[in-house]
Amino acid sequence: MIATDAPVHQDSGTETLKIVMVGHVDHGKSTLVGRILHETGFIPESKINHVKKVCDDQGKGFEFAFLLDALEEERDQGITIDVSQMFFKTKKRNYVIIDAPGHKEFLKNMISGASNADVAFLLIDAEEGIQEQTQRHAYLLSLLGIKQIAIVVNKMDLVGYSENVFNSTREVYSKYLRTIGVTARTFIPISAYHGENVSSKSSKMPWYQGQSILEILDNFAAHDDRSLLPFRFPVQDVYKFDKRRIIAGRVETGRVAVGDEVLFLPSGKSTRVKTIEKWNSEAPTAAEAGQSVGFTMEEQIFVERGDIGCLPKERPMISDRFQANIFWMGNKHLEKGGKYILKLATQEIECVVESILKVINSSTLEEISKNAASVAKNEVAEMILSTKKPIVFDTFDEVPETGRFVLVHEHDVRGGGIILKRAEPILGMNI
Amino acid sequence: MDHLDKLENQSIFILREAHKKFKKLAMLWSVGKDSNVLLWLARKAFLGHVPIPLVHIDTSYKMPEMIEFRDRFAKEWGLNLIVGQNTKALGEGMQYTQGRINCCSALKTAGLQQIMETYDYKGLILGIRRDEESTRAKERYFSPRDKNFEWDFKDQPPELWDQFKTNFDENTHIRIHPLLHWTEVNVWEYIKRENIPVVSLYFSKNGKRYRSLGCAPCTFPVESSASTIDEIITELKQGKTSERAGRAQDQEDTYAMQRLRQKGYM
Repeated sequence: MIATDAPVHQDSGTETLKIVMVGHVDHGKSTLVGRILHETGFIPESKINHVKKVCDDQGKGFEFAFLLDALEEERDQGITIDVSQMFFKTKKRNYVIIDAPGHKEFLKNMISGASNADVAFLLIDAEEGIQEQTQRHAYLLSLLGIKQIAIVVNKMDLVGYSENVFNSTREVYSKYLRTIGVTARTFIPISAYHGENVSSKSSKMPWYQGQSILEILDNFAAHDDRSLLPFRFPVQDVYKFDKRRIIAGRVETGRVAVGDEVLFLPSGKSTRVKTIEKWNSEAPTAAEAGQSVGFTMEEQIFVERGDIGCLPKERPMISDRFQANIFWMGNKHLEKGGKYILKLATQEIECVVESILKVINSSTLEEISKNAASVAKNEVAEMILSTKKPIVFDTFDEVPETGRFVLVHEHDVRGGGIILKRAEPILGMNI
Repeated sequence: MDHLDKLENQSIFILREAHKKFKKLAMLWSVGKDSNVLLWLARKAFLGHVPIPLVHIDTSYKMPEMIEFRDRFAKEWGLNLIVGQNTKALGEGMQYTQGRINCCSALKTAGLQQIMETYDYKGLILGIRRDEESTRAKERYFSPRDKNFEWDFKDQPPELWDQFKTNFDENTHIRIHPLLHWTEVNVWEYIKRENIPVVSLYFSKNGKRYRSLGCAPCTFPVESSASTIDEIITELKQGKTSERAGRAQDQEDTYAMQRLRQKGYM
């Protein structure tokens, strides 16, 4: 069978962890993913046979990476162009494994993949050592708020399974991670191609006392409980399909119960939750983070898409100016004074880049310029943005879901940002 | 929330985004298990209503059970059903013997293209999943198609933090994939939990059942004794074959699906 793949032994366990593979191009991410899927029995035999045939035709040995790199262009060039998401499970739980491209040109795809992950494996080629994307990816993970990262030193077979090479890689890279405030959970020496230290301890590296890849996976903590954060309910839409006037949206964080008073910002109107509507099942009495719900309210106040519901005692910030860290993915530079569409939760509004405080190289972390006029592709910058009207937000540290946003230019998302702090509003609001 | 609740909530969020952002929106209903789950999720998202027209591309080669099912539930659930058919290609005798890829392109892709043009749809909701096959594993939730209906898989827009591509050029359209993160087993677990009707062809008769539904000449049943949903779930959890193994067009050549999907196939 050709060009088809199916997860086998799929399971119905309740916990799913999403893991992203990052690191420099050619350091073995797709090979490791292929190896993990193979060793956990998640590749149909037909698919293995298919890849064998493709490899034979190309005159090379079995390429585990081809299990994921299914596009013709990917196989011809031996690189991953876009993110694949695959499914597998261990005895402990279900996994979604996100294989991100390591090529600089496809950084936007790496970010698309990583932004969905709970935890990350960052791969370093033992022979080639730390490269441009090895550093950049770690920094971007920290900006995306991914805190659990394991560092995988791959291709140990190419350095004779040398403990010295492993130790010196660990030392140098740990130093880099400290400068970006990231603590690696662990460093693990492997050979993805030969399957050493992947599903079980390798006899080739007796000096390594730690865990295998699969053991490390199972030891990652499950993601945080978002329902413990302040209640944030960005309004998606208001429905009037029948007699009911339903305020639809997803509870991003926190929880709310029938009877609670909800304050909608920026309008400042509030009323109590009357019912939580559901089709084909009992009406719930409370809603929590992650649930897409529909509320009816006691009073018919005017709310619309973009309003954010909160509890009066835990208010987010409101301003038309804020300071943020932006990573830029556009081919055209981001310009000081440039106008962009800002999307934060369900808010969508025109904004202006008021000033670019500093620009840094997202790999070396070297400060490129202060008070810059523009930001190039793949650079990170700290800047002040001002929006046409006041918007509602939190800092990324406090409530990530309402502390992050994207910038749209010419129809596409070109940048992502996290809010560092509120800046003094220019419209003189009394909030 | 259990894992099915999480999948359901994410899909509802996507459906609501699509409904809000696209005035000219349709949902593709192949009558297969996935699109039935999708339809069910739409009723959840819109609290019992389906405010989106459903498009069925009838190649004329679909199995009769599928057409019966379609007509029955379109009526029962009060759906706004639009049936599309590439009558010109059929009139010229298009069928799988002229090459399966040619046939899929003419009867499915071009058939869909005609409907999209006639009704000027800018958003199209489809029930594809990442675990079905390798090119779908690389899809976005909101995936643009250019004026020629083509998918530029080498340059997909970034998609992060559930901020989707909802701005686009006049001559393009967006494919929306609310089930992308589900697996085949998830679909069956959900069908069981919600008691969603499905075509009887999925259940074993005389030692065989259909695992994926399509056109009669190109879709083959697989060996199976699973005659209930529970048995199907058990079978899938133990299985080692691909879901689309019985779909002949996938096997035409090494990159058949890539080529079909690049040109606008589902």
